[in-house]
Amino acid sequence: MAVKILVPIKRVIDYNVKIRVKADGSGVETANVKMSVNPFDEIAIEEAVRLQEAGLAGEIVVVSIGVTQAQEQLRTALAIGADRAILVETNDPVEPLAVAKILRALIDREQPDLVIMGKQAIDDDSNQTGQMLAGLLGWPQATFASKLVLGDHGLTITREVDGGLETLAMDLPAVVTTDLRLNDPRYASLPNIMKAKKKPLEIMTPGDFGVDTAPRLKILRVAEPPKRVGGGKVASVQELVEKLRHEAKVI
Amino acid sequence: MNVLVIGELSETSSGLVLNPATRHAVTAGLLCGVVDLLMIGAGLAIAGEQAARIDGVQRVLAMDDGDFTRPSPELLAPLLAQQAAEYSHVIMTATAFGKNLLPRLAALLDVQPVSDVIAIDALDVFQRPIYAGNAIATVQSTDKIKLLTVRATAFAAAPDGGPDRIVVNIAKSVTASGRSSRFVGQEMTISTRPALTAARVVVSGGRGLGSRENFAMLEPIADYLGAAIGASRAAVDAGFVPNDYQVGQTGKVVAPELYIAVGISGAIQHLAGMKGSRVIVAINKDVDAPIFQIADYGLVGDLFEIIPELARELAQEETR
Repeated sequence: MAVKILVPIKRVIDYNVKIRVKADGSGVETANVKMSVNPFDEIAIEEAVRLQEAGLAGEIVVVSIGVTQAQEQLRTALAIGADRAILVETNDPVEPLAVAKILRALIDREQPDLVIMGKQAIDDDSNQTGQMLAGLLGWPQATFASKLVLGDHGLTITREVDGGLETLAMDLPAVVTTDLRLNDPRYASLPNIMKAKKKPLEIMTPGDFGVDTAPRLKILRVAEPPKRVGGGKVASVQELVEKLRHEAKVI
Repeated sequence: MNVLVIGELSETSSGLVLNPATRHAVTAGLLCGVVDLLMIGAGLAIAGEQAARIDGVQRVLAMDDGDFTRPSPELLAPLLAQQAAEYSHVIMTATAFGKNLLPRLAALLDVQPVSDVIAIDALDVFQRPIYAGNAIATVQSTDKIKLLTVRATAFAAAPDGGPDRIVVNIAKSVTASGRSSRFVGQEMTISTRPALTAARVVVSGGRGLGSRENFAMLEPIADYLGAAIGASRAAVDAGFVPNDYQVGQTGKVVAPELYIAVGISGAIQHLAGMKGSRVIVAINKDVDAPIFQIADYGLVGDLFEIIPELARELAQEETR
């Protein structure tokens, strides 16, 4: 049976950009900054495409919730190999709980067998949405996946946990969140980028799903972390040991 | 305010014990009010005694049942949702277990949780790192119950002390038999060293070590210092050490008294996982490596000469 896969993705500031905190403390500067698909979500897209290439997956639907420009990230996902895209368009920030509620409503409509998504987004680093979605749906969850095996009798997932690896089995439908070592995402080829422009991209709004996206967390302030004063040097191993012993007193 | 701390359990040869990580959540909980510590598992005698000795815990609640062997978040979240209703705060330490469970519980309670809390400014105001620690957000929760995971490095471990509390056994409540994942097996890294997140000293290696064999050069130094051994993502990806050695934003966040980075250039993701350390030593041949910008003591040179020399020097110190 070829399973239908839903891959939720997020538009975030590119991994390589050094972020700048706004002077007024309201957030992080996003104007004129390179944006990309959240790296963990890229891993999720890649995993879905590999399952399809192996003949195990049917249709792959990607969805993003956010500003109109998130269409760029959806096109990237289509170029990697997703079949169809949905943008739930809103200019307001949407917290993980509201994202999970929108996704639940979308899942009612799309009826996927499997959701694969990043374990966290590298902007707010919440690491919540997959677990919350699984909870709302009453589906099994496998977070921090480093290996995914889809067989006749469901999923076997190896997870990264403190102190090692854990293996879980579960029936579909299920929610899987990706860790770094699940795969190495490919770059989209130019022909595939051209082809992706013709793939369907549907635009909806949170209101279509009747989900209230009013934030529950009020952001009072965003600040630079305390600066660490470093740059000290020692000339030799002897000096290092001496300093650690008598100056820092840590050994 | 009544705070519920959810205990994490670890399997040992003598039975289930309370994971020391839970003690950090107790400390955070005491900043918010009176703390009850709840554990759900199969065979809680030892863990119950341990929990009952922790200073400041008001009540230890134990839901002990044979059905709760290696309980999944699918099983735990509905049970906890029933218990959580009476509390103002529900807190777990941000371990793999806490991160996996708490958001699922929050969804059942219709609460937007706050992850990786590093400071509690008021009962409803919390600080947390965003963008891999490159910014700190202060957020105010408007939910009736506050659900938090807290960084172990930001809150001290609650010590033993005071009179032993009584362990209150609570009956297993009926839950819907939802669909759940099943445990198949695990592959844990066996080590006699302290846990990375709890060690007083951490010695970490990077790509500069070049191979799995060379990585072992760090062991004598870790032995002398009683240190845990960590690694950069590059070293893990190169196969020098297992995944669970990784220190960084997506690996483990550590804040020991002394952090020694060997052959690690200092990618922003790595720095996010260790820059809270009290004293940082960097050993690297590249004088421009970013790690030196945050190091208290930088030593520029060939690590293949420096590491054996450091081991000899420490050995000498020990015999003096």
